[in-house]
Amino acid sequence: MSGRSLTVVRRGALTTVQDPGRFGHAHLGVPRSGALDPAAAGLVNRLAGNPEGAAVLETTADGCAVRPGCAVTVAVGGAPCPVRVDGRPAAWGAAVRVPAGAVLEVGAPVRGLRSYVAFAGGVDAAEVLGSRSADLLSGLGPAPLEDGAVLPLGPPPAGGPGPWYEAVPWPGPPMELVLRVRLGPRADWFTDAALRTLTGRAYRVSPRSNRIGLRTEGPALERARRGELPSEGMVLGAVQVPPDGMPVVFLADHPTTGGYPVIAVVREDDLAAAAQAVPGTPLRFVTGAVTRTGA
Amino acid sequence: MTGRGVRALPVGEHALLLECADGEASAALHAEVMRRRAAGELPAVREVVPAARTVLLDGVADPAALAALVAEWEIPPLGARDAPVVELPVRYDGADLAEVAELWGVRPREVAGIHSRVEFRVAFCGFAPGFGYLTGLPSRYEVPRRATPRTSVPAGAVGLAGPYTGVYPRASPGGWQLIGRTDAALWDPGRDPAALLTPGVRVRFRPVGEAAG
Repeated sequence: MSGRSLTVVRRGALTTVQDPGRFGHAHLGVPRSGALDPAAAGLVNRLAGNPEGAAVLETTADGCAVRPGCAVTVAVGGAPCPVRVDGRPAAWGAAVRVPAGAVLEVGAPVRGLRSYVAFAGGVDAAEVLGSRSADLLSGLGPAPLEDGAVLPLGPPPAGGPGPWYEAVPWPGPPMELVLRVRLGPRADWFTDAALRTLTGRAYRVSPRSNRIGLRTEGPALERARRGELPSEGMVLGAVQVPPDGMPVVFLADHPTTGGYPVIAVVREDDLAAAAQAVPGTPLRFVTGAVTRTGA
Repeated sequence: MTGRGVRALPVGEHALLLECADGEASAALHAEVMRRRAAGELPAVREVVPAARTVLLDGVADPAALAALVAEWEIPPLGARDAPVVELPVRYDGADLAEVAELWGVRPREVAGIHSRVEFRVAFCGFAPGFGYLTGLPSRYEVPRRATPRTSVPAGAVGLAGPYTGVYPRASPGGWQLIGRTDAALWDPGRDPAALLTPGVRVRFRPVGEAAG
């Protein structure tokens, strides 16, 4: 095939199209969606010469492979992984030129979980409510990639890649995930012991985590009250506690309303690391002086 | 009501959850938030998400300052006539009609009359894009969810659960008691707004076709 498009050669475990997300529609029940590691998505876009908000591919756990129908500048970042063009090693974290018809292979991450792939011109999937992001909770936006699927690319940016030729450093996922939280809005639904447990005991990242939430394994949090909380609005980073007592940290595809109490909220700056934490990663929730100020 | 009757709970660094005593008060608060936002009297807020008895303001630069502002508000009661009305034609032949009739103590064919006499209001959306939680049904008609949710409920199905009536915008799993079905397009991303039932809108159901039972 030819033209400004990509053919999916190997979709990987889960590869989706993502941009910054779908804002302003939460009151209609529309999740925000968007890249789980926004800094990585913005960086690969800059490397490819795109505006930071262009749509990219977000891979999960084992990369993907695509064949562009035209020569295109690409950049792979986020979780570090081997990159190959028609079998030959290529750079990670730098602009790479892929000839028309060559296979770009994004390998399994050596650390972290989600790699990001930008193409000059961006992935030109149809916009839904102002965003090209795949929302896996409600099914809005482009479907996850399937083998053989064809994705259009946008016109190449006029200026070409910016002055970002050299490889860039990436901090990498921490060996231990530390999430800074502010208690509330429903901390009073839990016992004092539960609050001490949340911020004092060790948890682990559960393999049941996904784009909707980072699930955890560890000591259960005991409620101080029974009964149901009437549905209320939910935010990114909310630490919701379902009846099993295991905290769930809401990520980009989280539901807009929910009825389980939110014991605390994780700082937005810490959520990219959460999205890169592989199952089994040790996890601690901490309160800091900075999170205690305010109303 | 004044803003002093509203409990303002901080939610992380950039959001505020405003909690009222009941759904009527939170609907009035939501209307006041939207009025002030339209009038340019509200600091920038990215999302305003009403729910059962709360209004979430997300994407706020200074939640503490906003909470102090809200405390000074005079919040008028919800006007009965100031929201648009959406009429939904419904064929009252849902799979759970007989069960609902039994719970209500009426004959199945009476369900349509009781349900369609009520003027509903969209209290909030959730569960799926365009799924509205509609209030207005008198409390004696509340029914529990089905013990076992269905794996697939068709688009347009009208269901009851607790104090709410809802219409499934598209086929999905669901546990609400189904009393009928509408052909109205509840969700269309090409339309603005994409949802037919948005928070605050008043809703009437109009029976069409043969009533079951």
